[in-house]
Amino acid sequence: MIQVNNLTKRYGPSRGIEDVSFNIDRGETGNIIGFLGPNGAGKSTTIRILTCYQPATSGTATVAGHNVFTESLQVRRKIGYLPENAPLYPEMRAREYLDFRAKLHRMSRNDRIAAVGRVTEKCWLGDFIDRPIGQLSKGMRQRVGLADALLHDPEVLFLDEPTIGLDPNQIRETRKLIRELGQRHVVFLSSHILHEVEQLCTHTIIIANGRVLADGSPAELRERISGSSRLIAEIKGGVDETRSAVQGISGVGAVESGEEPDGWSRLSIEANGTGDIREEVFRLVADKGWALRELRHEVASLEDFFIKITAEQRQDAGV
Amino acid sequence: MRNIPTLTHRELSTQFYSPIAYIVITIFLVISGIFFISDNFTSGGEASVRDIFGNYMPLILVFILPMLTMRLMSEEYRSGTIETLMTAPVNDAEVILGKFFGAVLFYFVLLASTLVYPIVVSLYGPLDVGLTLSCYVGLMLVGSLYIAVGIFFSSCTRNQVIAVLCSFVLLAVFTFLVHYIGQQQEGVVRVVMQHLSIISHFQDFSRGLVDITHVVFFLSSTCLFLFFAVKILEFRRWR
Ligand SMILES: Nc1ncnc2c1ncn2[C@@H]1O[C@H](COP(=O)(O)OP(=O)(O)O)[C@@H](O)[C@H]1O
Ligand SMILES: [Mg+2]
Repeated sequence: MIQVNNLTKRYGPSRGIEDVSFNIDRGETGNIIGFLGPNGAGKSTTIRILTCYQPATSGTATVAGHNVFTESLQVRRKIGYLPENAPLYPEMRAREYLDFRAKLHRMSRNDRIAAVGRVTEKCWLGDFIDRPIGQLSKGMRQRVGLADALLHDPEVLFLDEPTIGLDPNQIRETRKLIRELGQRHVVFLSSHILHEVEQLCTHTIIIANGRVLADGSPAELRERISGSSRLIAEIKGGVDETRSAVQGISGVGAVESGEEPDGWSRLSIEANGTGDIREEVFRLVADKGWALRELRHEVASLEDFFIKITAEQRQDAGV
Repeated sequence: MRNIPTLTHRELSTQFYSPIAYIVITIFLVISGIFFISDNFTSGGEASVRDIFGNYMPLILVFILPMLTMRLMSEEYRSGTIETLMTAPVNDAEVILGKFFGAVLFYFVLLASTLVYPIVVSLYGPLDVGLTLSCYVGLMLVGSLYIAVGIFFSSCTRNQVIAVLCSFVLLAVFTFLVHYIGQQQEGVVRVVMQHLSIISHFQDFSRGLVDITHVVFFLSSTCLFLFFAVKILEFRRWR
């Protein structure tokens, strides 16, 4: 549905995106692709290229079966696009605007009336449809933009940070709507909010500093980054004593230790292999006659991963 | 090119929402009215539409048409609506031409309101219908060129003030300065300046002559600026 090969975009000497590649096929159920990255990562740049707004410096991209550079009109007939901050003409009434947009898609008068009615219902525009857009709240404007993107029943929907600037209620409603839309359209959603992507998306692409860092279903990503998971153990015994004992177990890598306020030692154990070493740790503790009050895997979350990426990026930028 | 009527219609209806349009209408009617009255009702004046059309109208248009066009592309860039517009199945030329025809139609309506002057003149004496018609043809052509220039500068920047100032300067130079220099000079310079001067191309219309070379001058320079505007729009996206 969306194929991107080595896409690079430079703005003069400065970099927008660098060598971005990914491939998304239409799945059976729910097609919401999360494009996750901190601010300035290159999300909008990529979406602008995929929606044929601007050409890339190099690389190729195919959306809905057409090349975005050579068959731009065909692509644009098959996509809907809601840019960041939903730009609209404030002086027009929502209905007037939607009718104008439907005309650009060459719909007949009857089709336009039907389409405007359909998207009005879908996006809960209700009474606001006859108000000038300039008088609408941010959330309502977002919905008018979304309604516009849905008019021609596009195959692929590009939503650039659709929840930015909304209040919590509006965010929840928008997410619900996006989930619904994922049943019918392929939704390509950019966001800098991790849990939004985790909640909504069936496929996640993480981008930072103009480069794709990870690509897969949220479960796959979690699995991949939790490869370096740690074992946390709290043992009643001397800090150094317990540490060197645990280090003696085969399969144990680096061990960090610290003393809790109540005198217990807290060890953070890195496993070298994939085997479960919890049993060995328990035996060791029992043999030594120490007490054990906690023994668990600490699963690295996407959040840690994401925070690490964004922190690295901030360091690179010298912030 | 099938989207042009849709885009033109939107532009035209949007004009009436903008406060600038009403300022432009007011300035236009007041100033042209003042010129008309001071010209025709001073003692000994000859009842005619020639002076108002021949001498003053291009002057008024240099000031007001850039105000009408400054918003057209700049505002699309500033608000970001250019993105939704250009990702719909429309091309750059359609966008520019839609803006152009919208502004031109608005201007033609405005121009039509000045028809009261020839009507008033005809009450005081015989009206030279041929002269009046050629004046209107000339004004339609001059106005279209000014609008094309305005759209060109509007497509260069997201800042409306820069757009209006650039159009104003360029139009003032080619309408007045070039003409003035041409009158001061001799020989080749004079001929070149006269060819470049918008006023000297317009003068024949206000004398009742519709000369095809002048028509060609206005139409081709209008097309040239529209073409440049399309190229600028393309270029901005390629950056
Ligand atoms: N029109 C532009 N001119 C110059 N640099 C740009 C332009 N648009 C984006 N950039 C740069 O490209 C990088 C990626 O920007 P963007 O795609 O907007 O990021 P995101 O949408 O992920 O926040 C940023 O460093 C930004 O400064
Ligand atoms: Mg962005």
